[in-house]
Amino acid sequence: MPDLHEISLIVNGVVREVTVPARRLLSDCLRHDLGLTGTHVGCEHGVCGACTILLDGEPARSCLTLAVTAAGHEITTVEGLAGDDGPSAVQRAFRECHGLQCGFCTPGFLCTATALLRENPAPTDEEVVEGLSGNLCRCTGYQNIVKSVHRAAELLAEES
Amino acid sequence: MKPPPFDYHAPTSIEQALAVLAEVGAHGKVLAGGQSLIPLLNMRLAAPDHLVDINRVAGLDAVEAEPGGVRVGALARHAAVERSAAVRSAQPLIGQALRLVAHPVIRNRGTVVGSLVHADPSAELPAVLALLGGSVRLARVDTERDVAAEDFFVGPLESATEPGELAVSAFFPALGRRTGTAFVEVARRHGDFAMAGVAALVGLDDEGAVMSARVACISVGPAPVVVDVSAQAPDWKAAARAVQDRIEPEGDIHATADYRRHLTGVLAERALTQAAADA
Amino acid sequence: MTTKLFGEPIPRREDERLVLGQGRYLDDLGRQAVAAAFVRSPHAHARIRDIDVSRALDVEGLIAIYTWEDLPGLVAEPLPLLIPHPALTHGRTAYPLAKEIVRHVGEPIVMVVATDRYVAEDVCGLIDVDYEFLKPVVGLEEAAQGVHLVHEDVPGNLGAHLVQEVPARDGRSVAEALESAPHVLEFRLDIERSASMPLEGRGVYARWDADDRSLRVYSSTQTSTSVRMALAAKLGLPLPQVEVIAPDVGGGFGVKIVHPWPEEILVPWAAITLGREVKWAEDRREHFISSAHERGQVQHIKVGFDEQGRVLALDVDILHDHGAYTPYGIIVPIITATQLLGPYKIGAYRVVFSSIYTNTVQVTPYRGAGRPQGVFAMERTMDRIAAHLGLDRTDVRAANFIGPDEFPYDQGLIFQDGRPLIYDSGDYPESLRMLKELIGWDDFPAMKQAAAEEGRRIGIGVGCYVEGTGVGPYEGGHVQITSDGRVHVSTGLTSQGQGHETVFAQIAATELGVPFEKVSVVTGDTRRFGYAVGTFASRAAVMSGNAIALACRRVREKALKIAADALEADPRDLEITDGVVHVVGAPAAGIPLATVAVLSNPLRYAFDEEAQRATQFAGTADPDKAPLEDEPGLEGKDYYSPIRSTFASGMHAAIVETDPDTAEIRILRYAVVHDCGRLINPMIVEGQIHGGVAQGVGGALYEKMAYDEHGQLLNASFMDFLMPYVTEVPHIETAHLETPSPLNPLGIKGAGEAGVIPVSSVIAGAIEDAEGIPIMRMPISPSDLYDLRRATD
Repeated sequence: MPDLHEISLIVNGVVREVTVPARRLLSDCLRHDLGLTGTHVGCEHGVCGACTILLDGEPARSCLTLAVTAAGHEITTVEGLAGDDGPSAVQRAFRECHGLQCGFCTPGFLCTATALLRENPAPTDEEVVEGLSGNLCRCTGYQNIVKSVHRAAELLAEES
Repeated sequence: MKPPPFDYHAPTSIEQALAVLAEVGAHGKVLAGGQSLIPLLNMRLAAPDHLVDINRVAGLDAVEAEPGGVRVGALARHAAVERSAAVRSAQPLIGQALRLVAHPVIRNRGTVVGSLVHADPSAELPAVLALLGGSVRLARVDTERDVAAEDFFVGPLESATEPGELAVSAFFPALGRRTGTAFVEVARRHGDFAMAGVAALVGLDDEGAVMSARVACISVGPAPVVVDVSAQAPDWKAAARAVQDRIEPEGDIHATADYRRHLTGVLAERALTQAAADA
Repeated sequence: MTTKLFGEPIPRREDERLVLGQGRYLDDLGRQAVAAAFVRSPHAHARIRDIDVSRALDVEGLIAIYTWEDLPGLVAEPLPLLIPHPALTHGRTAYPLAKEIVRHVGEPIVMVVATDRYVAEDVCGLIDVDYEFLKPVVGLEEAAQGVHLVHEDVPGNLGAHLVQEVPARDGRSVAEALESAPHVLEFRLDIERSASMPLEGRGVYARWDADDRSLRVYSSTQTSTSVRMALAAKLGLPLPQVEVIAPDVGGGFGVKIVHPWPEEILVPWAAITLGREVKWAEDRREHFISSAHERGQVQHIKVGFDEQGRVLALDVDILHDHGAYTPYGIIVPIITATQLLGPYKIGAYRVVFSSIYTNTVQVTPYRGAGRPQGVFAMERTMDRIAAHLGLDRTDVRAANFIGPDEFPYDQGLIFQDGRPLIYDSGDYPESLRMLKELIGWDDFPAMKQAAAEEGRRIGIGVGCYVEGTGVGPYEGGHVQITSDGRVHVSTGLTSQGQGHETVFAQIAATELGVPFEKVSVVTGDTRRFGYAVGTFASRAAVMSGNAIALACRRVREKALKIAADALEADPRDLEITDGVVHVVGAPAAGIPLATVAVLSNPLRYAFDEEAQRATQFAGTADPDKAPLEDEPGLEGKDYYSPIRSTFASGMHAAIVETDPDTAEIRILRYAVVHDCGRLINPMIVEGQIHGGVAQGVGGALYEKMAYDEHGQLLNASFMDFLMPYVTEVPHIETAHLETPSPLNPLGIKGAGEAGVIPVSSVIAGAIEDAEGIPIMRMPISPSDLYDLRRATD
């Protein structure tokens, strides 16, 4: 295999060394090289948002990012959202409000919502909708996803 | 849907980047935000032999006020430009346009200059640059040139950037005195490429009479279509008709050519009305 | 701790792992497997002259290249036609890899196996296929003329033709009833294609154990048991040596009920042939051009009615586009034809459909499965009648309703399950009353007037449907209580996000009187349960729910019997609370089910605490009886097989606004009244409705499959196939009515598909009301609406 690159990524707070071809998508690197299969791949052209991760804290499409481009950067995947004391407020809210059905798009929504609430702890309905507007879900009709984000905001407010 | 193989270059300085680009010439492609290029790679609609990743090039992400406008570096992401105070105070039209560019997550990675170089006739930022009469700075080893917007957008997905060149920044002129702007569009879904969209720039004189009025239209020609409607002002209905005469829309699966023409007229009137009110 | 869980909005079990990123979807498995990719036809209709692989052979990482000629025995035969029907006189299915002819863009021609998917795609790009172009047959009406043929031996491209007629109660035919009807209308309706489009594509991962001569296959399928049987048959393996598991599945909506897909045969075959684990995970482009689509129909309707709008005669002629092949038979048009009648009792009914081949992706059920088209026909008809007579649209519907006292109601047709179309229960007038109240139907004219004064156009629409759910033939359930007190439930059908682990645990916990936390549920794993039909037709809750309830009742009976012996009590005096069997009213002096489980299996060995505790009861055994009277183990299995389907129903209404200038269409309000009998978990039912409505909104305003005249799918990406984002789906208001089904022990009906069914008809009605222009074709875009306005001006 020509053109292999040794890179290190800081994934969920842990430095991970990995050797990849230049063309390796970050989504594939996370899933297949590092075994973090929580990040899902729904379209590989950047429209569905299932592969959304946090790149240096900001939501980004891992299917539109080369692993080599991400070298040295901090990545948070759905596996990294939970704390030592269990699922995060966003994760708990999605469960409580039935914000997922098949669960395939969910990691992308969780990462997006986590960043959204970090930036805006008490979003309006319009802000939640705008914030989630780049993620497709085929199961829930989004009703309970929006509800989950508002609920997560409440949980975060209670905890702070 | 996996990218084809390519040789990867990750320069860390502009000099290195230009040297690589000079070497690979027409066989190379620049990767910045990747939000347009990587889908093309994944679908194997693009297969460059060399990919020059400029994400590690220092100093390219600046967004700075300059006399008469604001200069946006090649690595400035949409989101950063949207947040930039320099941009907000110099030229509100940029923010008005950026809010219509795809979705927030895409704007976190996509770059303003990348969007200009990609030259999609449906994209908002080329229209902004064209309407404002801005320019793109193209560098190659040992030299650089500024290309005016009117010469930069050559055709659909085709800019004046030549092999070996790197678009290092774009210059957006500042808003003039008593000038208003607006950007309105209609897309199938929120965040999709618009079926039609119009950016408007209206300048008033000291008495409040319209001095100049121009629009730039997207999705209705091979490149942004800029129309000066100062002669029709302030009859925005007449201005809209003049705009409709100038555009060359084509039909596709989302909208017929007739509808795009109609819609552009409606949006031109709306955008001009808003911009005039904003002036 | 309550054990009464049926009917409670319990948070889902599944979510504990799914929100943590610990789901196990197909492509999460088999990290060490090699990857498959396919060369798929870029042409809609062509003869393959030659396949040249020479340029591909030197690629590092290539493992194998297979064409049809490499396939052995039954693997090389056409895929099965799953549901034959006498009217399907010309059923045709594809070969797993194309043999000589390709009939749609995306048909697989060459299978490549390589070290990873990147390399496999590189290899695909280096394989040269030489084609002789044949005339593509695209467009339903053009295809029906039969000038050019999709299959040389299918004249007129006609796969199936079916006529069903139910005379009026007075014996008159449709022709006679139309003749004498005071009013007659005739019109045409069009519905375009859409597709299930789950966010996870299909996928198959196969492991061959050469030592054990056994095959394990994971498939992102809606029916693992049937994939297993198909695989055993195709590969000539003994059935017990094949196991198929549906892991977490990222949505199905119908497309994954088709089986075996070519890849479901080819990937396991390659795994055996190569002696390596092989995996194929479909990408999005593949999904668009090689999985199934649905919906496309042209309908010609003739209706006769009286002054009150009562339908005296309805004559419907349907052209149905089933694409290039018919692996799933003619289920979709049969459902359209039969479910079209909805909640109405009409006079004479005649429905004719012709199911037509085109050089496009095959058509198989997508959520709703032909019902959205049928409801579109019926509800547009109701609106046309109301417009013609100047009556309120809800009054016309009410005038045609089957009354609440008329059940069971026989529509006189044969349903998709081959059984009479007899509705079990319902209360349509009450549903309509609730809906009108929810949406504010009677206040709408004033609202519309007020909007008009502001220069705004708004309109209201309504649509009703009846949905046959829970079709047979059967499902089964197995329940085992082990000596640790845990309850293990399994059923053969599969899950794609419906919350089966939760609702089946609710049923089991309620039936057995055990804590919810003690119950675990496994679905879609043939190692646990080998007999099943699959998850489709809103049948899982009805079929497996009842089967599990029946299995639990067997286990409960056994537990009471054993406990009665141990407690020296009459089983009729016993009940189970929180997992303890005790005499009614005396919960303290009981025997835990864990202990009963030990007693049910009279081993000599006290291997755990529970077994030691059980010895205190052992002395009570009668020395003259054999130690084992029944089968060992506290477990039971049962099956539920209904005489016919249950019929859920619902009514939707929407208020839309259309922009007078841009022709943009916005849904301001959306209201749903839904009746699926008793609710097991209202939160989950609500979620099913939300998701269905969102897909319906997609089908009404955004989604279509845009084929050009060459048979190229122009929008084979999420950029151009416009599934709604959160920004496109309105807030959905819901209300529930519960008329229990008399047909099954739990009184439940299915809910999975309901939400999607009437949406296009509702939105069409609302736009029509706002615009005053007949809306006869869906979906509708702003560009389409603009064209309609101009044509009307």
